[in-house]
Amino acid sequence: MSTFDKVADIISETSEIPREEITPDSHTIDDLGIDSLDFLDIVFAVDKEFGIKIPLETWTQEVNDGKASTEEYFVMKNLVAKIDELVAAKA
Amino acid sequence: MQLEYFQMIDRIVEVDLEKKIMRANSIVPDQSTVFEGHFPGHPLVPGVLMIETMAQCSGILIMHTIDFTKIPLLAGVKEGKLRDFVGPKTELEIKAEIEHEGSGFAVTRAEIRSGGKRVANAQLTFTIRPFPNPELQTLIKGQVADMKIKT
Repeated sequence: MSTFDKVADIISETSEIPREEITPDSHTIDDLGIDSLDFLDIVFAVDKEFGIKIPLETWTQEVNDGKASTEEYFVMKNLVAKIDELVAAKA
Repeated sequence: MQLEYFQMIDRIVEVDLEKKIMRANSIVPDQSTVFEGHFPGHPLVPGVLMIETMAQCSGILIMHTIDFTKIPLLAGVKEGKLRDFVGPKTELEIKAEIEHEGSGFAVTRAEIRSGGKRVANAQLTFTIRPFPNPELQTLIKGQVADMKIKT
């Protein structure tokens, strides 16, 4: 199963979003409407699934400081790419 | 334990930062204004305060792991079970264990036992935030220090 499929399954189960609505171009906040608490649950599940620690505080800070856009971290295809990078860095 | 002031932990028995476990004790007070309403003539510790007790044990544990630099705030309760009723004078043993340390959040598993029997348990999620002011940080550190020397 691809990283995208694993993450999409986690989001679907955690946030009760129909799996078919989650695409690589979905913005997890703007399109899927995931709130901050659901996002914690998703990050918890992703951390456990992949054995990583998503740097959510850093990402959020960068967005709040205007150093990064939400799309950079929270659009599915970009989020999945970041997860793959974290998994690769762990190996 | 002072229900009206949300002081749920009497004494910290053990903090093991290697195993990421904390154990604490509390005794439910004989009298409390909470019992006047919950329930008249049939005093029971409200379930939300049992959850709060597990949350405080978890929160104190989390603060130990980050040297009291930030404050964990309860954000989620999963698989919460209140397995038995708890009334005045009940001695409680509270245990919390960190299940996951995320970035800006933590997940714990906590339980309360009485007389060796598990009376409540839950998985708790905390968001970890900066203290809103240094006074609160100092106050909480002092309260936790007092919990360690109480007899």
